[in-house]
Amino acid sequence: MENYLSLFVRAVFVENLALSFFLGMCTFLAISKRIETALGLGAAVIVVQTITVPINQLIHAWLLADGALAWAGLPDVDLSFLGLISYIGVIAAMVQILEMVLDRYFSALYNALGIFLPLITVNCAILGGSLFMVERAYTFGESVVFGLGSGFGWALALVGLASIREKLRYSDVPAGLQGLGITFIITGLMSLAFMSFSGIQL
Amino acid sequence: MKQEDRQILFEPVIDNNPITLQVLGVCSALAVTVKLAPSLIMCVALTFVITCASAAVSLIRHHIPTNIRIIVQITIIASLVIVVDQVLKAFAWEISKQLSVFVGLIITNCIVLGRAEAFALHNPVRESVLDALGHAMGYSLILILVATLRELFGSGTLLGFQVLPLVRDGGWYEPNGLMLLAPSAFFIIGLLIWAFRSWKPAQVEEAEYRIHGVQGTEPR
Amino acid sequence: MPPDNIPQADIRGWNYLALSNDDPRKIIAVALILCLVCAVLVSAAAVLLKPLQDRNQALAIKRQIISVAGLAAPGADTEQLFRERISMHIVELDSGAYVDGIDPQRFDARAAARDPANSRQLSRDTDIAGIKRRARHAPVYLVQENGRLATIILPVHGYGLWSTMYGFLALAADARTITGITFYEHAETPGLGDAIVDPDWQAGFRDKLAFDDEGMPRITVIKGRVNPGSMEARYQVDGISGATLTSNGVARLLRFWLGNLGFGPYLEQLRATGGTS
Repeated sequence: MENYLSLFVRAVFVENLALSFFLGMCTFLAISKRIETALGLGAAVIVVQTITVPINQLIHAWLLADGALAWAGLPDVDLSFLGLISYIGVIAAMVQILEMVLDRYFSALYNALGIFLPLITVNCAILGGSLFMVERAYTFGESVVFGLGSGFGWALALVGLASIREKLRYSDVPAGLQGLGITFIITGLMSLAFMSFSGIQL
Repeated sequence: MKQEDRQILFEPVIDNNPITLQVLGVCSALAVTVKLAPSLIMCVALTFVITCASAAVSLIRHHIPTNIRIIVQITIIASLVIVVDQVLKAFAWEISKQLSVFVGLIITNCIVLGRAEAFALHNPVRESVLDALGHAMGYSLILILVATLRELFGSGTLLGFQVLPLVRDGGWYEPNGLMLLAPSAFFIIGLLIWAFRSWKPAQVEEAEYRIHGVQGTEPR
Repeated sequence: MPPDNIPQADIRGWNYLALSNDDPRKIIAVALILCLVCAVLVSAAAVLLKPLQDRNQALAIKRQIISVAGLAAPGADTEQLFRERISMHIVELDSGAYVDGIDPQRFDARAAARDPANSRQLSRDTDIAGIKRRARHAPVYLVQENGRLATIILPVHGYGLWSTMYGFLALAADARTITGITFYEHAETPGLGDAIVDPDWQAGFRDKLAFDDEGMPRITVIKGRVNPGSMEARYQVDGISGATLTSNGVARLLRFWLGNLGFGPYLEQLRATGGTS
């Protein structure tokens, strides 16, 4: 239990996908103008991440890893080079399914998210989460916690940035920095702040 | 070279730069630019992938069904990236270790998918290749600029060669530790954007709210 | 776009290219053909290049061992040097004895650590290096000089700040004095924690003592600079400034692998028998 808690806290703060590893930056910087849209996208990312990381872990452990196919009588087969394409396939499929489910059963939410749902497929934070899971060889339980934590961390960073940008709406930003430029600098400062979390262990 | 070709090729370098204007491909620009050598490898790898991917997508563009077009593009891009990754591991082992997880992230590099979707899907092969090369050049420009600054001021070296002698080796330069950390990449790119937009005012974004003067006083 | 003037019904089932893009047959055909082409391309690359990649990996490790043994010379052939000067043995960690039945060349240490039959899980209080599992056996590399044991090279690994660090520790024939250390795989902070691969920092380990007079592992990485005058200095190495956690990770992994759960028993036996196999 402590292991999971520590993993969760690490994924949210110490190893924040957006502010420590810079994954998912494109949507992060582009969708951070309003808090409502940031919340919507953040929620979608949490759902997708929590579902895809464990599924990819199963695929990696039982199909692709070196010796994984031992249960099928093929212990010498190493399919890990198919990893990238399998994970992205799973992510694309998950996003598509999520889209259909939301459209059918949660139409209000589906309409609110709009274009952001398909955008999640190409969010490097989602693929990055699965790749980290492989690199650190998490178990299934750890994958669920890591998926939840990393998605939540990314969403937290996004909403944080959106909040700051909303506060800055009435500021006198130099013309050349307006919009994208100041967003980069704000994100840099947020990233510096999050570095103070490094080394925390529960 | 025809005028249109020249425009397709060179517009993405400054005027429509993928990183500083379109906000595409930012993740890797921040992460691999600690040193110049991996950044150069990243640029080459990306140029190869985006050119081949755009060419391939453009080649079969008339036959890609709309429903599955995203996954088709991703499949092509992913396969190319896996091939690049395998080649790097076979012929440039040391460098491939440094690039590790980021080579895989070229798949979701928004520039590759973005150009395939926005351009290659609707244009002939030749123009698609030029467009891909142009965006690769724009991306590489930013990466090289950022990496040069970060390596030079962060470690005093460039491509591994000691340019600024470090204090701990008896020289005069105290390395700027911030340059080695991620936030510096954000700051450098932010300042680069400022520089670009001062040079090309057409790129400046409109402020949402302009501060006006209060009645009876001078406007700002 | 495919020509519109051909009535869809007239198109024979096999002439997929002329089908409209929204026809389900076309969708399946395109998907299948694409998968086939990509699969061939990717598999060909992986299979054809695998021998090269495996050789690169093995060579990289051999180069590390040669370098930590102090045998590195510019222009030298790593393979040849390794063959001539290094002898590789498998050791059973708990007893410290050599094991003859396992072929060192084919022994995969990381796979052994994952295999439940050949490894054991470490409890939280004993797993000071953060490696979770430990294989029953481990390779050791011995360098002979003039027919006598000169250097003992031990593979070590443990968790730092972000990643597991893999490296080699070299001990002199007395199985007590450190002659070198190197790390060949890690993902620590670039510019800070990655000083573990910096030869200048690694040089700080030379001539330090791994064990104290009672035979307990004492070598450690301290925070800040070692005071050369103190009694403890022979067991201490400078910390990496700005990378306390990585430095602590190194200290912990050294303590683990030099202790009873690591190569402790093996090194004790070596000291007792004077280095003969």
